[in-house]
Amino acid sequence: MRIALFATCLADALFPRAAQATVVLLERLGHEVVFPSGQTCCGQMHINTGYQREALPLVRHHVDVFEAALRSGADAIVAPSGSCVGSVRHQHADVARQQGDDRLAGRAEEVSQRTYELSELLVDVLGVTDVGARYPHRVTYHPTCHSLRILRVQDKPLQLLRAVAGIDLIELPEADSCCGFGGTFALKNADTSIAMLADKLQHVAQTGAEVLTAGDSSCLMHLGGGLSRLRAGTRTVHLAEILAGVGWEKAR
Amino acid sequence: MTDHLPRASELGTLRGDLPFPVAARKALGDAQLRRNLGHATATIRAKRAAVVAELPDWEALRDAGSAIKADVLARLPELLDQLEREVVARGGLVHWARDADEANRIVVDLVRAVGARDGVPVEQVVKVKSMATQEIELNGALADAGIAALETDLAELIVQLSNDKPSHILVPAIHRNRSEIREIFLEHMPSVDPELTDEPRVLAMAARAYLRRSFLSARVAISGANFAIAETGTLAVVESEGNGRMCLTLPQTLITVMGIEKLLPSWQDLEVFLQLLPRSSTGERMNPYTSMWTGVTPGDGPQEFHLVLLDNGRTATLADEAGRSALHCIRCSACLNVCPVYERVGGHAYGSVYPGPIGAVLTPQLAGMQGRGAGHGHAADDPVGTLPFASSLCGACFDACPVKIDIPTMLVHLRTQHVDGERARRRVPSAEQATMAATAWVMASTKRFTAAEAATKVGRLVSRGGTIRSLPPPLSAWTSARDLPAPPTETFRQWWARTRGDGRGTP
Repeated sequence: MRIALFATCLADALFPRAAQATVVLLERLGHEVVFPSGQTCCGQMHINTGYQREALPLVRHHVDVFEAALRSGADAIVAPSGSCVGSVRHQHADVARQQGDDRLAGRAEEVSQRTYELSELLVDVLGVTDVGARYPHRVTYHPTCHSLRILRVQDKPLQLLRAVAGIDLIELPEADSCCGFGGTFALKNADTSIAMLADKLQHVAQTGAEVLTAGDSSCLMHLGGGLSRLRAGTRTVHLAEILAGVGWEKAR
Repeated sequence: MTDHLPRASELGTLRGDLPFPVAARKALGDAQLRRNLGHATATIRAKRAAVVAELPDWEALRDAGSAIKADVLARLPELLDQLEREVVARGGLVHWARDADEANRIVVDLVRAVGARDGVPVEQVVKVKSMATQEIELNGALADAGIAALETDLAELIVQLSNDKPSHILVPAIHRNRSEIREIFLEHMPSVDPELTDEPRVLAMAARAYLRRSFLSARVAISGANFAIAETGTLAVVESEGNGRMCLTLPQTLITVMGIEKLLPSWQDLEVFLQLLPRSSTGERMNPYTSMWTGVTPGDGPQEFHLVLLDNGRTATLADEAGRSALHCIRCSACLNVCPVYERVGGHAYGSVYPGPIGAVLTPQLAGMQGRGAGHGHAADDPVGTLPFASSLCGACFDACPVKIDIPTMLVHLRTQHVDGERARRRVPSAEQATMAATAWVMASTKRFTAAEAATKVGRLVSRGGTIRSLPPPLSAWTSARDLPAPPTETFRQWWARTRGDGRGTP
């Protein structure tokens, strides 16, 4: 299968390992990965902060880039992020419509129908749960809110993690409560965000895991930011990196 | 679009004094509040989850509840007319109130008329727990007219005795624990036993003894309504304690204040809502008391019944296509109990009688976001305008809502309204507006985005050991408690170009 990578602006600029591991993993599974290099940002931050008018050109740009990728032979689009895929799937067409561009809304819908979050692509589209990875660490998994409640990925990431050789997967208490990131919420309501983070990190500590994983670099940035400040002894690793397996960097 | 429609009266019940982040900061520092709320919401969440899980058709019930409410809103004028006809045909009287001030005036006049008829002024009325009368601040209006309103719901009584404000739709005293309640009773409840303990049963018995005297002597009761059946003119109140039933049956005169959205077309629709409401609110299969009354029944119960139909911003909400489904709300408070923000800051931080996720939607809808500022007279300082942002958009509220109100989407919709309002109002853009416009401009172009990405590498200069520990405002709000990793030496697209070659991935 030919898969177009929607790297997301955050992974591209700040967390490239999540996107690199996605490439390595999919190539190892025998697929061709293409990177439509025109891509920038899906506009989720602008949309969710109320700047819909400013977001419209971003939505249009995203649709232009990935519509072209589909036209030139990509079978699917994948992103290592639940919330960016959530925005593409549940907001893009709506933003276009609200801003009076119905034609863009229709095109956005076509792009969104072919866009998948990583665990969705692996389990639903490619039909694989054992991706042949080895990861000998104690790991706990935080299901991010948008993958859980917007995309409804359910336990797909856990199915994938359970099949990883050597992993010591520990269930996170109160896993489905929000980590407190929420995009600009983390700045606008920093105190509440930090209170939510504190409780989440307490649950992480209870697992004794050295690795906290999730499918979104943004939530991991928040969780990792707290763990780092506390010198907690737990590090954050994107789901794609675990599925790529130990030593994936060598395959780069 | 809805500017010409009347908003809610300008009272202190919907618009607080402080922006949400400021009020939240104060609440977050209250350790006792955190403990009380954490305990109470966790308990009620578990109860709700258990009783919802045992119904195989829960999702179908939610669909039905949502569809019935959508139908009601689509036919509201016709159904309200039908309700009025049926109530009047069965001996009741119907009054229409555009806003809180009008509703309060109607109720005060009705109570005074009872005094005039009897030749003895009414000095006290008993009240059934009601959000509508909280919303219009009826107790204050009655007090101004020399009429004391006694709250008979236990939690509402606790709030009233301590001169506090409700902090939850269903459990107004959720921010209090039983030891605090004991102190409140000892200090404020007339002729209470000084040996009072903090056992729930002992506290309930004390309240019972105190309230019973008033039930037996009250001439007027005031209630809200959970449902009104247009088909028959029947009103319904669901409750746990039975104190509402006392109010609804003992006094000679009953006045019910109801938001116009509380209608149901037919009796059959109750079947759906009497399953949805108790499971979502108290986590019970069925609430202990469901009282229904239809007009006046000679010789049985109140012999005079008035129904006050309240708009107070609801028509304006109905006119907003993207926001109108907030009027589906049946005030169950499930969204409050599952909300990670509400659980930590409590209800008072919202500054509205409607706190939590649904409050962050309903309050701006009813009151508008361009009202009184926090003492500066600036619309930008309107605390109500901060409410749509008081959410991480985690979506737990939408999942819990028994009538499927998509609260996160509506919050984003209200954020957009707020931002659009600010854009129209300001001549010079705020720092946030400038930042958002600039980042959007950068991100709308591959070339500009790639250049900006390369520029983030300056972040490496302020990092130590690969970590950034401090940044200037507004990013200081992040680094106050969270580190940031230093930007990588190579962005993803640079890595791709280096390892996969430029031509390969570009369509």
